[in-house]
Amino acid sequence: MLLREAAATNYFNLVPWVVFFPVLGILINLLVGGRLREKMIGVIASLAVAASFAVAVLLALSLNDQHAGTIIAFMNLEWISIGDLHIDWAFRVDTLSVTMMLAVSGVGTLIHIYAIAYMHADVRHHQDPTRYRRFFVFFNLFIVMMMILVSADNYLMLFVGWEGVGLCSYLLIGFWYDKGKGGANHLDGISNALAGKKAFITNRIGDFGFLIATFLMFGAFGSLQFDTVFTKAPFASQGTILAITLFMLLGVAGKSAQLPLYVWLPDAMAGPTPVSALIHAATMVTAGVYLVARSHELYALSSQAQNIVALVGGLTALFAATIAVGQFDIKKLLAYSTISQLGFMVAAVGMGAIVAGIFHLVTHAFFKALLFLSAGSVIQGVEAGHHAMEHGSIKESKHKRGEHLNEGGEFDAQDMRNMGGLSRRMPVTFVVYLVGALALAGIFPLAGFWSKDEILAEALHLHPAVFVLLIIAAFFTAFYMTRQIWMIFFSKPRSRPAEYARENSLLLTLPLILLAVLSVFGGALNLPFWHTLTHWLDYTLAEGAKVGSFNYLVAGLSTVLALAAIALGIFLYGKRYQAQAKLPAAQRPVDPVQPYLRGAFTGIQHKWWIDEFYDWLILRRYVALSRFLSYRFEERFWHDWLHDNAIAGSFRQTAHFLAQPVDLGIIDGIANGLGTISQRFASWIRRAQNGFVRSYATWVLAGMVIILGYLILR
Amino acid sequence: MSGYGIEDLVYILPIVFLLVWALVLVLVEAFTKRPDVTMLLAAFGLLAAVTLSVIQFGTEATAFKEMLTVDGYAVFVYMLVLASGLLSLGLAYDYNRRMGWARGEYYILMLFSIAGAMLMASAANLIVVFLALELLSIPLYVMAAFVPNDASSEEAGLKYFLLGAFAGGFVLYGVALIYGATGATNLMDVVAAALGTNSPVMLLTGAALILVGLGFKVALVPFHMWTPDVYQGAPTPVTAYMAVVAKAGGFAALFRVFIAAFPSVSADLTPVIATLVVLTLVVGNVAALAQKNIKRMLAYSSISHAGFLMMAFVTYGSALYADAVTSLLFYLLAFTVTSFGSWAVVIALEKAEGKGLDFEDYAGLGKKYPMLSAAMLVFLLSFAGVPPTLGFAGKFFLFRTVLEAGYAWLAIVGVIMSLVSAFYYLRVVRFMYFEQGDPEVRSEPVLNLVTAITVVGTIFLFLFSGPLLAWASEAVLALI
Amino acid sequence: MVPIEYYVALSAILFMIGTMGVLTRRNAIIIFMSIELMLNAANLLFVAFARMYEALSGQIFVFFVMTVAAAEVAVGLALIVAVFRTKHSINIDEASTLKG
Repeated sequence: MLLREAAATNYFNLVPWVVFFPVLGILINLLVGGRLREKMIGVIASLAVAASFAVAVLLALSLNDQHAGTIIAFMNLEWISIGDLHIDWAFRVDTLSVTMMLAVSGVGTLIHIYAIAYMHADVRHHQDPTRYRRFFVFFNLFIVMMMILVSADNYLMLFVGWEGVGLCSYLLIGFWYDKGKGGANHLDGISNALAGKKAFITNRIGDFGFLIATFLMFGAFGSLQFDTVFTKAPFASQGTILAITLFMLLGVAGKSAQLPLYVWLPDAMAGPTPVSALIHAATMVTAGVYLVARSHELYALSSQAQNIVALVGGLTALFAATIAVGQFDIKKLLAYSTISQLGFMVAAVGMGAIVAGIFHLVTHAFFKALLFLSAGSVIQGVEAGHHAMEHGSIKESKHKRGEHLNEGGEFDAQDMRNMGGLSRRMPVTFVVYLVGALALAGIFPLAGFWSKDEILAEALHLHPAVFVLLIIAAFFTAFYMTRQIWMIFFSKPRSRPAEYARENSLLLTLPLILLAVLSVFGGALNLPFWHTLTHWLDYTLAEGAKVGSFNYLVAGLSTVLALAAIALGIFLYGKRYQAQAKLPAAQRPVDPVQPYLRGAFTGIQHKWWIDEFYDWLILRRYVALSRFLSYRFEERFWHDWLHDNAIAGSFRQTAHFLAQPVDLGIIDGIANGLGTISQRFASWIRRAQNGFVRSYATWVLAGMVIILGYLILR
Repeated sequence: MSGYGIEDLVYILPIVFLLVWALVLVLVEAFTKRPDVTMLLAAFGLLAAVTLSVIQFGTEATAFKEMLTVDGYAVFVYMLVLASGLLSLGLAYDYNRRMGWARGEYYILMLFSIAGAMLMASAANLIVVFLALELLSIPLYVMAAFVPNDASSEEAGLKYFLLGAFAGGFVLYGVALIYGATGATNLMDVVAAALGTNSPVMLLTGAALILVGLGFKVALVPFHMWTPDVYQGAPTPVTAYMAVVAKAGGFAALFRVFIAAFPSVSADLTPVIATLVVLTLVVGNVAALAQKNIKRMLAYSSISHAGFLMMAFVTYGSALYADAVTSLLFYLLAFTVTSFGSWAVVIALEKAEGKGLDFEDYAGLGKKYPMLSAAMLVFLLSFAGVPPTLGFAGKFFLFRTVLEAGYAWLAIVGVIMSLVSAFYYLRVVRFMYFEQGDPEVRSEPVLNLVTAITVVGTIFLFLFSGPLLAWASEAVLALI
Repeated sequence: MVPIEYYVALSAILFMIGTMGVLTRRNAIIIFMSIELMLNAANLLFVAFARMYEALSGQIFVFFVMTVAAAEVAVGLALIVAVFRTKHSINIDEASTLKG
């Protein structure tokens, strides 16, 4: 009752705090973090995000009573006002934005807690305690930016958040900027930094699209505020709408790693695992999906745009799923899986099935975060085993079994070929990983089943071509997850470190367990026949949300396909893999599926040579152009002649004139004069302030007499 | 003829309670002689009064035949001065013990004077304004002279007393003249009678005299001369208290009286007020440039802030005065938090016999006590109006209102004077961070708490500016 | 009946005398008495106007003012005594160490 009443008064005014709590966390850690113990830093950062989550919950409670939501202007500040452009710094509270806030801060809190334990090992390993604080400051900053993104009330504020999360992504991918050997350029120690740069530049291309879309919107509608844009949009020409939506799609492709801009996401796995989980799986990469959902009224106006978005999503889903099959790196596989799942979401929102897309976004946040964090747990477990083997307790010859090394020639704790049999060594991790994998594969009744089926059911009657793409992708999904589970957890260990792998502490596994619970029950958000989420989002989306009927045929088909894929996976990676591992290296296939796919597997393994293609198509041309410009144009013409002679010469003469008569004579004179005057004035006041009561009283009287004189004689 | 009912007392319960509580504490102090106990009880009384005030949110009532008004505006000021009371208890506790003259009467006097300030915010009758002014001031005279056998404290007390009583005389004479001109002292009756009065000169003179008297209390130039001397001589916690509460009470009464009773003379008074504002801003800021003693510097700085606060008053005759009062209340809040914080740092560094108060004593603070100097930095930045501090938000809203009211030139003067003020604030920063020195600070828990609260408030209330402003503007709605 | 202007004039004269006393005298007690004179000038006005309006309120105000004046006397004399103990003088010009 009390809660109800409290909610009725509504907490919408609190909305700036979803942003400010993490800001607070940053400030505390920046100001006093240097003196705090390491754990405290993590605790403060986690608490900041948890507080943000609490605010989001309060907002949700208030929304439950006042469905329409509201727009809260911060400090009544007009942010930008130039000519016709008026942009307020305003927060939008409605069911869509609050859903995103809940997902971001909820999953964010769990990952923060996980990171307390995870980053501890990193610091211990590198003997550099400052990086612990750096990590959490960046992490909180990310939450700040993400919250700005989802709570924005206009496209420009959304863009601030959009750029902000991009920056945090860049900073965190390159968090271990001094690490990372090998890579495409075979340079020592900078490949992580290069990965960050790649993410940044690829995102810039997308941002360029987003910016153009923003400019077009302002040109066409004279405003960037969501409601204004949506009200005016129906009166714009088809061409304008198509241009806006497609340029926006470019932004979406950049941020949400869709074709053709997805290439940065796999490289982004260079960052610490919590970063991969939070930024590159659960939240930031879904910003594009959110953007399309937010702008659904624009997309609804153009069936061509919807068509293109849906196709891009569907193709990405399938394309990335195929690549995932050929990956050996535990995190890279998950990265391609993420791209594929993002394809599902983009396809859904593109088709106009907004709720299905957002539903999948939320459940995906649960189970993909879970998978990444569990992967981190596996990596740490194996690394702990490696550590134990190298330094002390276990004295045996190293790398006896021909482990797979990374490009730098070190033992690679992320290579799944070095694992196997971990289910006994790491039982908790195993169980939660299995839950995540089943949820991702879409097995009844886990979260992924409900959300993926809703997308498939919608696709069947909205866009059959995309349905075909997606259902094949779903088959691959179940297959590569089975492959991963078997390679990591079943059969016998394939390396010494895997034999000595260790389960991690409770602080690390607790968030995993919570996320596993969410992954199991997350589907309850929008069960068929209840449609809780649909009704909830309906308040914001208006006619955008339709209650889809549960399609038994689709559900049955996808379940059968998933089970078939799992069976196939077990067949290939069970006993056969075990047997193949014993063969001498020359006769051993790279992977059990390789004999069946042959050339295609080579293609998969090389990610269809997309990176190489971009390198050839864009980078080389660009470098050639820069060379030409720098040597020919800049040095010969610009610098030597124009700059040195024409500009520098006249600049020197002008400067001389300004310095001598103008500056010394006039400017200094004024400045010194002001100083002297105020000094004299101050000392005169000091003399008047002589300490005598009578003289003070005289001033009071004088003031009064002058005032009265003025008033009467006026 | 109907008498006064119990509901009259209920309406002003926070004030009544505080006064009764103070009387009880007089007895407690007389029998126990335990300053700590009195201090705790006083704090409890303030907290209880805060609670009672919170209960009064939303009340719109007049009590005692419209002599007192309880409305959002009054409750806003209640909260402000009660919070100030709590903060100054925190400032005084450690200081009084360190200086060796902890006496329970100190806290009791403070309770009385807070009740006076609250009464000023509620006063809807000119006589009550005068009585409240005296209730606010008389305890302050004693508090200023509180240090036993200390020449400068006694000098401060005497000066404050003589000049304060002198200014009180002006207020009273002004009230008498208005009574003569209108036959009333209730604000509502005054404004009704003022329209048909046959002696506008008497009314105008009366209003001007009240302006002078209250202008003295809030330290407007040229009625400000007592301020630096008294601020310097009085015990520092008293100075901190006086700087905020006397100003809050003075401005609260000034605005209610002039808006409610004297709209008819606004056209005549506006040039006078504008002149006072410019004088106050210029003299306060320029004189602060020449100071070497931190207490005197802060005294002049507080004069200049009175000028800023008074800026809102220029618009009182125009349609925008509601916004102006809103920004005034907000600025008052910003000034309260920042001012207490800065005085807390001053107290932390102060030594016996008025030592440790020069700028030189702050040299090297940044290195030795980074937290304390960071706090001071925050307060000084807030004083100067640099974001992200409360002071910035206060100046921002204030200047915006003044601009909207069409006083662009005044806003420009304000901005220039803010720049000038940055010079003397930054001088302290220079000493803290760029000069060599070895300051000695004893860590005192209550004082540290006050510093922490105010520094957090200065920054984080800034983030709350929107809701706070909304609160202030609701408070002002009651006034209209 | 004495016209009201006479009262106002007398009161103004008293007020000015009081003000001048504050400005010119050096003895703290005499300054203080001058302030009392200013208050009494106001009291005279109140009473006179009360009679003019045939209202009681003005006369009652005088009682309030007298009470306040008494309170000021109590505090003021105590302060002056305290100053006298420290400085052995109540010459107000000697209380001018705080300045600048």
